[in-house]
Amino acid sequence: MDRVSAMPVEIERTESDEARAVDPVPDVPWITIVHNDPVNLMSYVTYVFQSYFGYSKEKAKKLMLDVHHKGRAVVSRGSREEMERDVQAMHGYGLWATLRKER
Amino acid sequence: MAGYFEPLSGGDGGAAIALDHVEISILRSLATQLIELIGIDHAAEGDPGEVDPLSALFVEGPTEPPSDPALARLFPDAYGEPGRPEDDESTRLSAEFRRFTESDLRTRKREDLLALVRSLDSIASEAKAAGESGAVLTLKAEEARQWLGALNDLRLAIGTRLDVRDDEGSERLFELPESDPKKPLVMAFFWLGGLQESLVETLMP
Repeated sequence: MDRVSAMPVEIERTESDEARAVDPVPDVPWITIVHNDPVNLMSYVTYVFQSYFGYSKEKAKKLMLDVHHKGRAVVSRGSREEMERDVQAMHGYGLWATLRKER
Repeated sequence: MAGYFEPLSGGDGGAAIALDHVEISILRSLATQLIELIGIDHAAEGDPGEVDPLSALFVEGPTEPPSDPALARLFPDAYGEPGRPEDDESTRLSAEFRRFTESDLRTRKREDLLALVRSLDSIASEAKAAGESGAVLTLKAEEARQWLGALNDLRLAIGTRLDVRDDEGSERLFELPESDPKKPLVMAFFWLGGLQESLVETLMP
Protein backbone atom coordinates (compact mmCIF):
# COMPACT_ATOMS: atom_id res chain seq x y z
CA MET A 1 0.00 0.00 0.00
CA ASP A 2 2.85 2.32 0.85
CA ARG A 3 4.28 2.18 -2.62
CA VAL A 4 0.92 2.91 -4.23
CA SER A 5 0.15 5.93 -2.05
CA ALA A 6 3.65 7.33 -2.52
CA MET A 7 3.35 7.52 -6.28
CA PRO A 8 1.01 10.52 -6.70
CA VAL A 9 3.11 12.55 -4.28
CA GLU A 10 6.14 12.05 -6.41
CA ILE A 11 4.26 12.94 -9.60
CA GLU A 12 2.94 16.14 -8.05
CA ARG A 13 6.40 17.27 -7.02
CA THR A 14 7.74 16.69 -10.52
CA GLU A 15 4.96 18.80 -12.00
CA SER A 16 5.52 21.73 -9.67
CA ASP A 17 9.28 21.61 -10.35
CA GLU A 18 8.56 21.89 -14.05
CA ALA A 19 6.14 24.75 -13.45
CA ARG A 20 8.85 26.67 -11.55
CA ALA A 21 11.48 25.99 -14.18
CA VAL A 22 9.44 27.51 -17.03
CA ASP A 23 8.38 30.62 -15.06
CA PRO A 24 9.95 33.40 -17.16
CA VAL A 25 9.56 36.23 -14.60
CA PRO A 26 11.95 35.95 -11.65
CA ASP A 27 10.70 37.63 -8.51
CA VAL A 28 13.85 39.73 -7.96
CA PRO A 29 13.59 42.98 -9.90
CA TRP A 30 14.98 45.42 -7.26
CA ILE A 31 18.49 46.79 -6.70
CA THR A 32 20.37 48.65 -3.95
CA ILE A 33 22.58 51.49 -5.21
CA VAL A 34 25.35 53.11 -3.16
CA HIS A 35 26.19 56.69 -4.21
CA ASN A 36 29.53 58.47 -4.05
CA ASP A 37 30.22 60.63 -1.04
CA PRO A 38 33.29 62.81 -0.48
CA VAL A 39 33.42 62.11 3.26
CA ASN A 40 33.24 58.33 3.58
CA LEU A 41 36.69 56.74 3.57
CA MET A 42 37.45 54.28 0.77
CA SER A 43 38.72 51.75 3.31
CA TYR A 44 35.53 52.13 5.36
CA VAL A 45 33.25 51.61 2.35
CA THR A 46 35.22 48.46 1.44
CA TYR A 47 34.93 47.28 5.05
CA VAL A 48 31.13 47.79 4.99
CA PHE A 49 30.72 45.81 1.74
CA GLN A 50 32.83 42.99 3.17
CA SER A 51 31.27 42.81 6.60
CA TYR A 52 27.60 43.45 5.75
CA PHE A 53 27.29 41.63 2.40
CA GLY A 54 30.04 39.10 3.10
CA TYR A 55 31.72 39.98 -0.21
CA SER A 56 35.35 39.02 -0.83
CA LYS A 57 37.94 41.74 -0.42
CA GLU A 58 38.38 41.89 -4.22
CA LYS A 59 34.65 42.27 -4.91
CA ALA A 60 34.18 44.79 -2.11
CA LYS A 61 37.09 46.86 -3.37
CA LYS A 62 35.85 46.77 -6.97
CA LEU A 63 32.40 47.98 -5.87
CA MET A 64 33.97 50.72 -3.74
CA LEU A 65 36.06 51.89 -6.72
CA ASP A 66 32.94 51.88 -8.93
CA VAL A 67 31.19 54.09 -6.37
CA HIS A 68 34.21 56.38 -6.23
CA HIS A 69 34.89 56.70 -9.97
CA LYS A 70 31.46 56.19 -11.55
CA GLY A 71 29.53 57.90 -8.76
CA ARG A 72 27.48 54.82 -7.92
CA ALA A 73 27.41 51.04 -7.87
CA VAL A 74 24.73 48.38 -7.62
CA VAL A 75 25.68 46.51 -4.47
CA SER A 76 22.83 44.00 -4.18
CA ARG A 77 19.83 42.57 -6.04
CA GLY A 78 16.72 40.91 -4.66
CA SER A 79 13.14 41.40 -3.61
CA ARG A 80 11.97 44.85 -2.64
CA GLU A 81 11.82 43.85 1.03
CA GLU A 82 15.41 42.59 0.92
CA MET A 83 16.59 45.79 -0.78
CA GLU A 84 14.81 47.96 1.80
CA ARG A 85 16.65 45.99 4.48
CA ASP A 86 19.98 46.54 2.70
CA VAL A 87 19.33 50.26 2.24
CA GLN A 88 18.42 50.62 5.91
CA ALA A 89 21.64 48.82 6.85
CA MET A 90 23.68 51.06 4.52
CA HIS A 91 22.12 54.15 6.13
CA GLY A 92 23.04 52.65 9.50
CA TYR A 93 26.68 52.50 8.35
CA GLY A 94 26.41 56.07 7.06
CA LEU A 95 26.59 55.13 3.38
CA TRP A 96 24.35 56.98 0.96
CA ALA A 97 22.10 54.31 -0.57
CA THR A 98 18.82 54.13 -2.48
CA LEU A 99 16.77 51.31 -3.96
CA ARG A 100 14.80 51.06 -7.15
CA LYS A 101 13.33 48.60 -9.57
CA GLU A 102 15.94 47.21 -11.93
CA ARG A 103 15.28 48.59 -15.40
CA MET B 1 47.66 64.49 18.17
CA ALA B 2 49.56 61.55 16.85
CA GLY B 3 47.72 58.65 18.41
CA TYR B 4 46.20 56.01 16.15
CA PHE B 5 44.33 52.79 16.79
CA GLU B 6 46.31 49.58 16.87
CA PRO B 7 44.88 46.06 16.82
CA LEU B 8 44.84 44.16 20.09
CA SER B 9 47.05 41.10 20.12
CA GLY B 10 45.00 37.92 19.97
CA GLY B 11 43.20 38.79 16.76
CA ASP B 12 39.70 38.99 18.25
CA GLY B 13 38.97 42.34 16.60
CA GLY B 14 39.66 44.67 19.49
CA ALA B 15 41.71 47.86 19.24
CA ALA B 16 43.58 50.27 21.50
CA ILE B 17 44.68 53.90 21.36
CA ALA B 18 46.46 56.31 23.67
CA LEU B 19 44.51 59.55 24.11
CA ASP B 20 45.51 62.63 26.06
CA HIS B 21 43.06 64.79 27.98
CA VAL B 22 42.71 67.34 25.15
CA GLU B 23 41.83 64.62 22.63
CA ILE B 24 39.41 63.04 25.07
CA SER B 25 37.72 66.37 25.65
CA ILE B 26 37.44 67.23 21.91
CA LEU B 27 36.00 63.82 21.03
CA ARG B 28 33.57 63.96 23.93
CA SER B 29 32.39 67.43 23.03
CA LEU B 30 31.83 66.59 19.36
CA ALA B 31 29.99 63.36 20.21
CA THR B 32 27.79 65.10 22.77
CA GLN B 33 26.85 67.78 20.24
CA LEU B 34 25.87 65.16 17.67
CA ILE B 35 23.83 63.23 20.25
CA GLU B 36 21.92 66.46 20.96
CA LEU B 37 21.46 67.12 17.25
CA ILE B 38 20.11 63.62 16.60
CA GLY B 39 17.90 64.29 19.57
CA ILE B 40 15.04 62.64 21.28
CA ASP B 41 13.21 60.23 19.02
CA HIS B 42 9.51 60.62 18.47
CA ALA B 43 8.65 57.60 20.59
CA ALA B 44 10.33 59.16 23.62
CA GLU B 45 8.86 62.64 23.29
CA GLY B 46 6.73 64.03 26.08
CA ASP B 47 7.03 63.09 29.73
CA PRO B 48 9.41 60.11 29.88
CA GLY B 49 7.54 58.77 32.90
CA GLU B 50 4.32 58.59 30.91
CA VAL B 51 5.60 56.60 27.95
CA ASP B 52 4.08 53.17 27.75
CA PRO B 53 6.82 50.95 26.28
CA LEU B 54 4.28 48.86 24.41
CA SER B 55 2.55 51.79 22.75
CA ALA B 56 5.97 53.37 22.05
CA LEU B 57 6.62 50.36 19.80
CA PHE B 58 3.78 51.42 17.54
CA VAL B 59 4.54 55.11 17.36
CA GLU B 60 5.40 55.99 13.80
CA GLY B 61 8.51 57.86 12.80
CA PRO B 62 8.75 61.03 10.70
CA THR B 63 7.84 61.16 7.01
CA GLU B 64 9.72 64.35 6.05
CA PRO B 65 13.52 64.51 5.63
CA PRO B 66 15.22 66.41 8.50
CA SER B 67 15.63 70.14 7.77
CA ASP B 68 19.16 70.27 9.22
CA PRO B 69 21.57 69.36 6.36
CA ALA B 70 23.78 67.24 8.63
CA LEU B 71 20.79 65.21 9.80
CA ALA B 72 19.50 64.98 6.23
CA ARG B 73 22.85 63.38 5.31
CA LEU B 74 22.66 60.93 8.24
CA PHE B 75 19.04 60.03 7.38
CA PRO B 76 18.81 60.25 3.58
CA ASP B 77 15.87 59.39 1.33
CA ALA B 78 15.74 55.73 0.33
CA TYR B 79 14.08 56.34 -3.04
CA GLY B 80 14.81 58.76 -5.87
CA GLU B 81 17.78 59.91 -7.90
CA PRO B 82 20.25 62.15 -6.05
CA GLY B 83 20.63 65.52 -7.78
CA ARG B 84 17.39 65.21 -9.70
CA PRO B 85 14.05 66.69 -8.69
CA GLU B 86 11.99 64.19 -6.77
CA ASP B 87 8.98 62.73 -8.47
CA ASP B 88 5.80 62.22 -6.47
CA GLU B 89 6.17 58.46 -6.36
CA SER B 90 9.69 58.42 -4.86
CA THR B 91 8.70 61.16 -2.39
CA ARG B 92 5.82 58.99 -1.26
CA LEU B 93 7.94 55.83 -1.03
CA SER B 94 10.76 57.67 0.81
CA ALA B 95 8.24 59.04 3.32
CA GLU B 96 6.84 55.56 3.91
CA PHE B 97 10.32 54.08 4.37
CA ARG B 98 11.34 56.90 6.72
CA ARG B 99 8.23 56.43 8.83
CA PHE B 100 9.22 52.85 9.62
CA THR B 101 13.03 53.16 9.81
CA GLU B 102 14.21 56.59 10.92
CA SER B 103 13.43 56.22 14.63
CA ASP B 104 15.39 52.96 14.83
CA LEU B 105 18.25 54.49 12.90
CA ARG B 106 18.36 57.50 15.23
CA THR B 107 18.37 55.19 18.25
CA ARG B 108 21.24 53.14 16.87
CA LYS B 109 23.35 56.17 16.02
CA ARG B 110 22.72 57.69 19.43
CA GLU B 111 23.71 54.43 21.12
CA ASP B 112 26.99 54.25 19.18
CA LEU B 113 27.82 57.84 20.15
CA LEU B 114 26.83 57.20 23.78
CA ALA B 115 29.13 54.16 23.86
CA LEU B 116 31.94 56.43 22.68
CA VAL B 117 31.18 59.02 25.37
CA ARG B 118 30.97 56.37 28.09
CA SER B 119 34.32 54.82 27.20
CA LEU B 120 35.92 58.30 27.10
CA ASP B 121 34.50 59.10 30.54
CA SER B 122 35.83 55.86 31.89
CA ILE B 123 39.42 56.47 30.71
CA ALA B 124 39.22 60.13 31.75
CA SER B 125 38.47 59.15 35.34
CA GLU B 126 41.19 56.47 35.20
CA ALA B 127 43.69 59.07 34.05
CA LYS B 128 42.57 61.46 36.76
CA ALA B 129 42.88 58.82 39.49
CA ALA B 130 46.36 57.94 38.28
CA GLY B 131 47.37 61.61 38.04
CA GLU B 132 48.14 61.17 34.32
CA SER B 133 47.26 63.55 31.50
CA GLY B 134 45.97 60.73 29.31
CA ALA B 135 45.21 57.02 29.17
CA VAL B 136 45.07 54.05 26.87
CA LEU B 137 41.60 53.26 25.60
CA THR B 138 41.03 49.57 24.93
CA LEU B 139 38.00 48.53 22.86
CA LYS B 140 36.53 45.06 22.53
CA ALA B 141 35.38 44.01 19.04
CA GLU B 142 31.78 45.18 19.53
CA GLU B 143 32.89 48.49 21.07
CA ALA B 144 35.29 48.99 18.17
CA ARG B 145 32.36 48.62 15.74
CA GLN B 146 30.35 51.18 17.71
CA TRP B 147 33.29 53.58 17.68
CA LEU B 148 33.70 53.09 13.95
CA GLY B 149 30.05 53.98 13.34
CA ALA B 150 30.23 56.95 15.71
CA LEU B 151 33.43 58.30 14.12
CA ASN B 152 31.87 57.98 10.67
CA ASP B 153 28.68 59.77 11.73
CA LEU B 154 30.76 62.56 13.33
CA ARG B 155 32.73 62.99 10.10
CA LEU B 156 29.53 63.01 8.00
CA ALA B 157 28.00 65.69 10.22
CA ILE B 158 31.17 67.83 10.35
CA GLY B 159 31.74 67.33 6.60
CA THR B 160 28.26 68.74 5.98
CA ARG B 161 28.95 71.70 8.28
CA LEU B 162 32.18 72.35 6.35
CA ASP B 163 30.26 72.11 3.09
CA VAL B 164 32.23 69.15 1.76
CA ARG B 165 29.98 68.23 -1.15
CA ASP B 166 32.54 66.74 -3.51
CA ASP B 167 36.17 65.65 -3.62
CA GLU B 168 37.24 69.20 -4.56
CA GLY B 169 35.43 70.54 -1.50
CA SER B 170 37.46 68.17 0.64
CA GLU B 171 40.71 69.36 -0.96
CA ARG B 172 39.79 73.02 -0.46
CA LEU B 173 39.85 72.40 3.30
CA PHE B 174 43.63 71.99 3.13
CA GLU B 175 43.96 75.50 1.73
CA LEU B 176 42.06 77.32 4.48
CA PRO B 177 44.23 80.01 6.13
CA GLU B 178 45.10 79.57 9.80
CA SER B 179 42.94 82.58 10.64
CA ASP B 180 39.76 81.04 9.19
CA PRO B 181 37.14 80.49 11.92
CA LYS B 182 36.46 77.04 10.45
CA LYS B 183 40.07 75.97 10.97
CA PRO B 184 39.58 74.17 14.34
CA LEU B 185 36.68 72.17 12.93
CA VAL B 186 38.74 71.34 9.83
CA MET B 187 41.58 70.09 12.06
CA ALA B 188 39.10 67.96 14.01
CA PHE B 189 37.66 66.62 10.73
CA PHE B 190 41.08 65.46 9.49
CA TRP B 191 42.04 64.08 12.88
CA LEU B 192 38.80 62.03 13.06
CA GLY B 193 39.57 60.76 9.54
CA GLY B 194 42.95 59.49 10.72
CA LEU B 195 41.39 57.86 13.78
CA GLN B 196 38.72 56.17 11.66
CA GLU B 197 41.21 55.03 9.03
CA SER B 198 43.40 53.38 11.68
CA LEU B 199 40.38 51.78 13.35
CA VAL B 200 39.07 50.35 10.04
CA GLU B 201 42.46 48.76 9.45
CA THR B 202 42.25 46.90 12.76
CA LEU B 203 38.77 45.59 11.85
CA MET B 204 39.37 44.49 8.25
CA PRO B 205 38.02 40.95 7.93
